[in-house]
Amino acid sequence: MNNLIKGENHDWEMVIGLEIHAQVKSNSKLFSSSSTKFGSSPNSQVSLVDAAMPGMLPVINKYCVEQAVKTGVGLNAKINNYSVFDRKNYFYADLPQGYQISQYKYPIVGEGKVTIDFKDGTSKDIRIVRLHLEQDAGKSLHDQNPSKTYVDLNRSGVALMEIVSEPDIRTPDEAGMYISKIRSILMYLNTCDGNMQEGSLRADVNISVRKPGEEYGTRCEIKNLNSIKFIKQAINYEAKRQIEILESGGSIEQNTMLFNTSTGKTRPMRNKEEAHDYRYFPDPDLLPLEISEEEIGKIKSSIPELPDQLKNRFIETYKLSNYDASVLTAEKQTSDYFNETINSDSELKNHAKIVVNWITSELFSLLNKNNLDLNNSPVSPENLGQLIKLISTNEISGKIAKDVLEDMFSSGKTARQIVDEKGLQQVTDQDEIAKVIDEVIAENPKMVEQYLAGKDKLLGFFVGQAMKLTKGKANPKMLNDILKSKLK
Amino acid sequence: MSQSSLKQTLKDLDTKKISIRELNQDYLKRIKEKENLNIFIHFSEENVLKQIDNLEKDNSAKKLKGIPIAIKDLFCTKSMPTTAASKILENFNPTYESFVTQKLLDEGSIFVGKTNLDEFAMGSATNTSFFGNTINPLSKENEPLAPGGSSGGSAAAVAADLCLGATGTDTGGSIRQPASFCGVVGIKPTYGLCSRWGIAAFASSLDQAGIFSHNVEDASILLQSIAGFDQRDSTSAKVDIPNYFENLDDDLNGKTVGIPREYSIDGTPMEISQIWEDAIKFLEKKGVKIKKISLPHTKYALPTYYIIAPAEASSNLARYDGVKYGFRSDEINSLDEMYENTRAQGFGREVKRRILIGTYVLSAGYYDAYYLKAQKVRKLIADDFNKAFKECDFIVTPTAPSAAFPLNEKQSDPIKMYLNDVFTVPASLAGLPGISIPFGKDKNNLPLGIQILGKHFDEQQVFNTALSLERSYE
Repeated sequence: MNNLIKGENHDWEMVIGLEIHAQVKSNSKLFSSSSTKFGSSPNSQVSLVDAAMPGMLPVINKYCVEQAVKTGVGLNAKINNYSVFDRKNYFYADLPQGYQISQYKYPIVGEGKVTIDFKDGTSKDIRIVRLHLEQDAGKSLHDQNPSKTYVDLNRSGVALMEIVSEPDIRTPDEAGMYISKIRSILMYLNTCDGNMQEGSLRADVNISVRKPGEEYGTRCEIKNLNSIKFIKQAINYEAKRQIEILESGGSIEQNTMLFNTSTGKTRPMRNKEEAHDYRYFPDPDLLPLEISEEEIGKIKSSIPELPDQLKNRFIETYKLSNYDASVLTAEKQTSDYFNETINSDSELKNHAKIVVNWITSELFSLLNKNNLDLNNSPVSPENLGQLIKLISTNEISGKIAKDVLEDMFSSGKTARQIVDEKGLQQVTDQDEIAKVIDEVIAENPKMVEQYLAGKDKLLGFFVGQAMKLTKGKANPKMLNDILKSKLK
Repeated sequence: MSQSSLKQTLKDLDTKKISIRELNQDYLKRIKEKENLNIFIHFSEENVLKQIDNLEKDNSAKKLKGIPIAIKDLFCTKSMPTTAASKILENFNPTYESFVTQKLLDEGSIFVGKTNLDEFAMGSATNTSFFGNTINPLSKENEPLAPGGSSGGSAAAVAADLCLGATGTDTGGSIRQPASFCGVVGIKPTYGLCSRWGIAAFASSLDQAGIFSHNVEDASILLQSIAGFDQRDSTSAKVDIPNYFENLDDDLNGKTVGIPREYSIDGTPMEISQIWEDAIKFLEKKGVKIKKISLPHTKYALPTYYIIAPAEASSNLARYDGVKYGFRSDEINSLDEMYENTRAQGFGREVKRRILIGTYVLSAGYYDAYYLKAQKVRKLIADDFNKAFKECDFIVTPTAPSAAFPLNEKQSDPIKMYLNDVFTVPASLAGLPGISIPFGKDKNNLPLGIQILGKHFDEQQVFNTALSLERSYE
């Protein structure tokens, strides 16, 4: 695979690292008992602690700690028995304390790795540097009043996990696959809802370019990207920008950039000189976080099957390809759907590949067309299972099955109902098929002559004609066999 | 002085010798007479009368029912504004009650008012308050003296007999030094004994609530009332609180007192060395073994303190930004300008000085040399005490290097002012309990204080020793 970008004189390689901010799935905030519900009316979920009233003190939410440990285990990472909360000091209107409580020197989770799978069956490990817990800030609302800024503190104090990768990513696609993989793991673990539109998962992208094999170049950081599409766009634009500068003899300034989603361009937010001095120091209001091996063990034992384990199980049990299995396990809802479908009838286990294809191509494309996802699919796994069973037992042909699925999708009826109502059963009666073939042969004597003279390709023509007459219902294999025997 | 004690007053109330109303009206009268001392930032007679009304309707038995208490204006209170003696919180009315004041309210005490302090508890003379100086009630006419600080208002309120006890906070000596200057008892308990919840923070790892009172017995009663675990403060200690008063015992026979040689500092006034010696002699007479000890890192305590405390303060005070509550400057053309003008106009000189020091010592490139090193030295200082307490049961030192000084004397020289804390800061850094009790007078007849330090959570021994010394002096 070629990951390089063509330059004027030589190729360029991107070097990319991601900092993912994942909102911890928890009913209450990291250091207060306020609710974390999204979309509530402004400042309705703000405790005295969240508003940083004088004399208010943070108290760690143990559930959020467990969620972070769980996530660490899911990222194959080292869980640190000792970690420390630090204050990151800076002024902003939506940062009520004047500092964010985060973890600096001693994060709760250390080095780990995740694997991404490519279409060609290969895979790659992306190393994780660390995961730490921190508070989210509130929101500044600039568009409510022409001369004022309003502040909504509902999000202030909500727990985030910051997951930092090594700069192991080399292409925008890999970046997309990496964040998808992280998202998938978090959702399997139920430690983050993965909702990128609502900002539950967002990423800062560090990117530099270099001649392959050379030292890393100077990097820029693109802040706060909340969709995989934007991440890829931003990387592409930023890499091009950097290459243009370098090729015209310039050098890259270490900047923090913002990505404009409507123009698709990045622009500098602040440069290195303007960078904040956050004056990190251990928060004296909080004790160091100590987690015993026993507690870690307990959390480990509560962890469900993760995408990679599930993938391997699917490969082994159903003899699926690595790629098929990774598509199925990329999202929990997909693997759940697959599991329910294949378990709806004991016969289906022998047709796993067909089940995968019907889910990932036919059903997905219908869902896409209708802007739906699996969670609200009008076709239940049982019903899809029934449809596939009809195919595998030759009751209907694959071609007709596509029409049936569309009908199921819009009418909500079962496959059986539709097939019965419309009489779509495959014709498997030898005599009936033979009769149709006789008709076709009789109507096309010239073609028959040509075929017998050696024009084998014409077989398809006869099949097509016969299918037309049976409205597509003839069993294709039987049709073929009878046709061949009659045309000898 | 013929001030009545809390202990006696509780008896008199119990035997109906005096009513809650009579008692408090007596105090109200004195408070009004002493208005010129500027002891209270907030005082409302109406509010006190309302509290009396409510208590008269309340038939339940309460430990401190009707007892007039003054509250340092750093504790957030629902019924009175809370300013931290700062313009930036000039009109701040908390919707919540601090842990400590809630405990006192639960016991039925009456809050007579909020006492003056150095702005955000930063100072040693109660002269950095936005609301003006407090005058030491022991001042002679035309020669106003400082009450010490930062809890100078609370110490003065007890000294002027405007209450039967007062709350204070002590970060580096802010209870013990003013107690010494005003001739009252002041105890700073072990760090973590009283929850910090609802106390405007100065330096979180050092701040600790405590008590001023007329005598040791009263202090033991009041401290018990405000101590206890609080899950809202992660640094609050889960320890059983003994009944200090019931357990008071002035028999020190067989105990060992530690006398740290590093506390003999050149330039300490003779009178102070003298009362220290008197105290040691008295203890010896009571059968206490005298043990010379060494706390070798004492000389680093002040510089360590003046790195750690401002560092924490610079961050703790970031929340006063004009966005959410408190003062906001009128001159605003941008967000940055709002911060700059609000904080420039809202904070006084000493607070700004400490924010600058704290910001500096935490800055990239300086952190290791200052803050990190200070943390290491702090550990060494704590280790000194731990070692020393293997050889002794308590430590006795002077409280402050001088008696109350004239107002404004040291105002222009912050270093001189910081030296006031030289005897009190080490125990603060180590989180140890310390009490100051009046013990002798200087040549101007001003009170001097003796400090007793104990092991972590051994407030009982501190009280016992204090009681014994107090009785010797009587």
